[in-house]
Amino acid sequence: MGSIQGGALFEYLLRLGDDRLVLGHRLSEWCGHGPVLEEDIALANVALDLIGQATHFLKLAGQVEGKGRDEDALAYLRDAIDYRNVKLVELPNGDFGRTIVRQFLFDAWSVLLLDGLERAAHSELAGIAAKAHKEARYHIRHSGDWVLRLGDGTEESHRRAQTALDELWPYTGELLAADEVDRVLAGTVAPDPAALEPAWRHVVSDVVRRATLTLPADGYMHSGGRQGRHTEHLGHLLDEMQILARSHPGAKW
Amino acid sequence: MVAGANQPESASDQWPLWEVFTQAKDGAPHEHAGSVHAPDAELALQNARDVYGRRGEVVSLWVVPSAAIVASSPSERGPFFDPADDKPYRHPQFYRTPRGVRVE
Repeated sequence: MGSIQGGALFEYLLRLGDDRLVLGHRLSEWCGHGPVLEEDIALANVALDLIGQATHFLKLAGQVEGKGRDEDALAYLRDAIDYRNVKLVELPNGDFGRTIVRQFLFDAWSVLLLDGLERAAHSELAGIAAKAHKEARYHIRHSGDWVLRLGDGTEESHRRAQTALDELWPYTGELLAADEVDRVLAGTVAPDPAALEPAWRHVVSDVVRRATLTLPADGYMHSGGRQGRHTEHLGHLLDEMQILARSHPGAKW
Repeated sequence: MVAGANQPESASDQWPLWEVFTQAKDGAPHEHAGSVHAPDAELALQNARDVYGRRGEVVSLWVVPSAAIVASSPSERGPFFDPADDKPYRHPQFYRTPRGVRVE
């Protein structure tokens, strides 16, 4: 593999890992605070799946980089500016409706992306994607079912779900935007992000319609997460996530 | 709402209870595992999956509304079950187990 493609692959694997690590951490904040015990467990399960996926992607990223960094070094010893996740996943959880709507928007994209990666030319990446794809298909079943119930539930749940959708929509552009990294890898290692858009829109608009919600009009879309320009929220999240590893380097228990 | 903004006042009052039956392998009986709260059947299935099947020990799940279960009454335990006690001929203990048959 040429160094241009190797560099792009490292960058791409960070994106895959960071999206899931940050979202997994956000979801884990619900642990002990879920609206009911069963949903508490369900969210923690999804969080654990995502953190597990992140572990695999970041481990492979460290191997591709070849500088001796493992998944822990990449997760705990990078600052916010070196994180490559989309802004959508670092936003605070808000209420349950907002958490669920964000999860659904992400899951709908993640299922399609992982499906594409599963058939990609990179065998290790394809292997990780295959396992993650199976998990993601369960995640969207859960988040999608909840969007239906909140949207088509009470007046209050409808209002909260619609507010969340309106507020989060401007953060979805980043999921489907392509840059140089995507262009180098498109077609060989990774699916072209633009090619995922029609299917993503189809899945999202179908659930939104059945949930009696209204799809927001496309307007200004946030960007910059993939380049390390994050919202203020990521720094606080990383502070909490990294403090133990940074305070006690190499600690084992 | 008094409790946190995200929380129903009392979730257990609002969501019905479902009994969960899990099957450990193909052909094995579905056995009662416990119960979950859920607003409807599909989410009851998902909750049951998360609570009782997440360690991969389950190949099939049933959820049944707890209200649909008809149970014998504890106070009628005597009249209901005791009559079977004095009819030893109903029990198969007078048969000798043929050789070669494995008794579990």
